[in-house]
Amino acid sequence: MKLIKTSILMTLLTTLLVGIIYPLIVTAVSQGIFRDQANGQMMIRDGKLVGSKLIGQPFSSPGYFRPRPSAAGPAGYDAGASTGSNLGPTSKNLIERIRIEAGRLEAENPGAPVPVDLVTTSGSGLDPHISPEAAEFQIPRVARERRIGTDEVSNLVLENTEGRTFGIFGEARVNVLLLNLALDERFPMRR
Amino acid sequence: MTFNGWLQILIYAAVIIALTRPMGGYLARVYEGERTLLDPVLRPVELLIYRLCGVDHKREMRWTEYAVAMLVFSLTTMLGLYLLQRLQGYLPLNPQGMHGPPPELAFNTAASFTTNTNWQSYAGETTMSYLTQMAGLAYQNFVSAAAGMAIAIVFIRGIARRETDRLGNFWVDLVRGTLYVLLPISLTTAIFFVSQGVVQNFKPYDTVSLLDPQRIEKTDEEGRKVTETVSRQVIAQGPVASQLAIKMLGTNGGGFFNANSAHPFENPTPLSNFIEMVLIFLIPAGLTWTLGSMTGSQRHGWAIFAAMAILFIAGVAVAYRAESQVNPLYPANVDRQAGGNMEGKEVRFGIANSALFATITTDASCGAVNSMHDSFLPLGGLVLLVNIQLGEIIFGGVGAGMYGMLVFVIISIFIAGLMVGRTPEYLGKKIESFDIKMAMLYVLIFPLILLVFTAISVLSPEFGLSSLNNNGPHGLSEILYAYSSGTGNNGSAFAGLNANTLWYNTTLGMSMLGGRFLMIIPALAIAGNLAGKKRVPPGLGTFPVTTPLFTILLVSVILIVGALTFFPVLSLGPIVEHLSMNAGQVY
Repeated sequence: MKLIKTSILMTLLTTLLVGIIYPLIVTAVSQGIFRDQANGQMMIRDGKLVGSKLIGQPFSSPGYFRPRPSAAGPAGYDAGASTGSNLGPTSKNLIERIRIEAGRLEAENPGAPVPVDLVTTSGSGLDPHISPEAAEFQIPRVARERRIGTDEVSNLVLENTEGRTFGIFGEARVNVLLLNLALDERFPMRR
Repeated sequence: MTFNGWLQILIYAAVIIALTRPMGGYLARVYEGERTLLDPVLRPVELLIYRLCGVDHKREMRWTEYAVAMLVFSLTTMLGLYLLQRLQGYLPLNPQGMHGPPPELAFNTAASFTTNTNWQSYAGETTMSYLTQMAGLAYQNFVSAAAGMAIAIVFIRGIARRETDRLGNFWVDLVRGTLYVLLPISLTTAIFFVSQGVVQNFKPYDTVSLLDPQRIEKTDEEGRKVTETVSRQVIAQGPVASQLAIKMLGTNGGGFFNANSAHPFENPTPLSNFIEMVLIFLIPAGLTWTLGSMTGSQRHGWAIFAAMAILFIAGVAVAYRAESQVNPLYPANVDRQAGGNMEGKEVRFGIANSALFATITTDASCGAVNSMHDSFLPLGGLVLLVNIQLGEIIFGGVGAGMYGMLVFVIISIFIAGLMVGRTPEYLGKKIESFDIKMAMLYVLIFPLILLVFTAISVLSPEFGLSSLNNNGPHGLSEILYAYSSGTGNNGSAFAGLNANTLWYNTTLGMSMLGGRFLMIIPALAIAGNLAGKKRVPPGLGTFPVTTPLFTILLVSVILIVGALTFFPVLSLGPIVEHLSMNAGQVY
C-alpha cells in the first residue's frame, strides 16, 4: 500500500514539475526573447495573414514558382495535417505519379533534366524550400508569364537563396513562398 | 555521396566523442549521489519531493524490490496518461476542441509513451490537446527516460559492487536522473530550438490566406466530380519546443506533429537538426564513460564505445550510399546527377542529413524522424531495420542501450570462455549459469514477440494486410518494421501502414510492453546476481575486456545473433525488393 501511495504522489509531483512548470517556463522565456519565432514567424501583408516563413504553400499558377509536390491534404501543404506520401520505392502509384509530373515539367522546359526534388514529395508535406536547381529550372516559365527578362528573375532567385549554415550544414535552398511574395511585390502580374 | 555530406557526418562523430567524457562523468556524479553545480537550486527540490512522497532516500533496495517499484511506478503513470487522453475533451489547454481518442488508441499511446517507445498510431496535431501533449506525452518522455537510465545504472552497480544485495533506491535514481540530467539540458536546448524557429505557444491554430488559391477536383457522395477552391491554409501551433528537447534527449522520439522532425516547426534549420541528432546520442554515449568510471575500468568503457561506433559508422555508410542513388524506376528525364532519393526528404536537410538522422534514430531507440523511412530505397530501409533488430545497442536508447549492450558483453565473454575452456569472468565477476540463462532470455524475448506478431499479421488479410499502404515485399517490410519498432521500443515507422486499428493498436501495445518490461526483469536479475558475487583477481585465463580483440568479438557476436535471427525475414522483405527494383518490377 505504501508503495502505491508513494507511486501516485511521485506521479503527481513530477507531472507538476516537468509536465506543467517546465513547459510554462520555456514558454515564458521564449515568448520574452524570441517572440516571433515562438509564434511561428507569421507574415502579414495588407492586414491579412499570408503565411509562415517556415511553412510552404501550394502554387500552381504558371506565373509563380512551384514548390515540391505534397502529400498533405488534397490541395497539398495542409499545415493542419502534415504527412509524407509513405510510398515505397517499388510502389506503382509512386512511379506513375512521378512519370506524370516529370512529363509535365519536361514539356515546359524541354531538354533540361528535371530536378529530382520537383517530382518528389517531402517528408512533412510542408517543405518550404526547393533546391536552387529546381528554381533555375522554372525561371524561363516565370519570366515568360510575367513578361520580364530571365535576368531579373534570376537575380530575385539569387537574393532568396540561402546557403549552407557556416558553409557546411544542410543544403542550399530557396524559400518558395518568400520568393513568390517578392515576385508579386517587384513584378506584379499584369492581368 | 558528397565530400560535404561526409564532412557533416564526421563533425557529428567528433562532437559525440568530445561530449562522451563530460556527459559520462556528470552522470556518474549524479547517480553516485555526489555534489553537482546545480545542487544549490535542485537539492532542496529533490529533498522536498522525497519528503512529500514518503521516500527514505538513504535506504537502498534489492533488485526485486527495485523492479517492483519501477513496475508500479510505470503502471501508475501509464494509467494516468490513459485517463488524461480519454478526458482531454473536458480539460483546459485544448483550443482546437479535441475529443478523447478511443480506448484502443489511448491504450496504445499510453503503453507507447510509458515504454519509451513513442510509437504513434495517431497524428499529433489532429488528435491530442496541448495539455495531453505537455503534461501527458512530454511528461512520460521525462520519466520513461529516467527509468531507463536508472536500470542501466543498476546494471553497472551490479558489476561494480561486490557481496551485497543492495543496488540503489529506485525513487532516488528516478528523481535525480530527471532533475539533474534531463531537466536542465532540456530547458536550455528548448530555448535554443525556439531561437531556430521551433514554435512554443498555446494559441489556436492560425488560418492564412493562400497567395495562389488552388482548384481541386473531388468526388462527392453521389460519385460526381466537383471542383472546389481551397483558399486558406490552417497552420497548427503549440508548445512544441519544450516537448522536442526531451523527445530527443530521452531518445523518446514521439513527434508533436505527425511529420515529427521533418515538420518545419519541429526542425526548422540545419542547425536545429544537428543539435537534435547530438541530443539523441548524448546520454547513451556518455553512459559508456559512466560504465568505465563506476567499474574502475575506463578502457572497458571505451572498448564498448568503439564497438558501438564501428556499427554506427557502418550503418551510416550503407544508408548514405543507398539514399544517394536516384530510384532506377524513375523516368529517364529525371536528373540522375544531383540529389538522390528525395521522396520523403526535406530540401534543407538533403540526403546526408536524412540518412544520418535515420541511422542515429534507429541505432538509439529514439524513433524521431526527419525523413520518411517508408520511402527509403530498399537497402537504406534495410539498415534501419537491422539497427532496430540488433537490439538498439548501437549507443541505444537512454539506459536501454547500455543494459542491452551489457547483456551482449556477457554473452561474448561466455563464448570466449567456452573457446578456451575456462569459467568466464567479467571485470572480476565469475559469469555462471544463472547469468547466462537470464542473458539468453533477454536475447530471445525480443525476436519471439516481434516475429510471432509479424507472422500472424501477414497471414491475416482482414486485419493484418488491410492496413498496408504498399504491396509486394515492401508490404512485408512495413509490418516487420512496425513490430520491430514496437518491441524494440523504437517508435519510428514505415508510416504507410495504418496502425490505428483494433488489431495493430492492441498487439503493438502488447509488443511494446513486452519488449520493455519482460526484458528489464532479466536484466535486473543479472545485476542482482552479479552484485552478490565475490571479486576474483584476474588470472592467466581471464579474457581482457579492454582490448581491440574484445571489441571485435563483441561486434561479431552482435552481428551473428542478429543475422541468424532475422536474415530469413529480411531476405523476403528489403532484399527481394532491392532485386526486383533493379529488375524494373513495381507493385
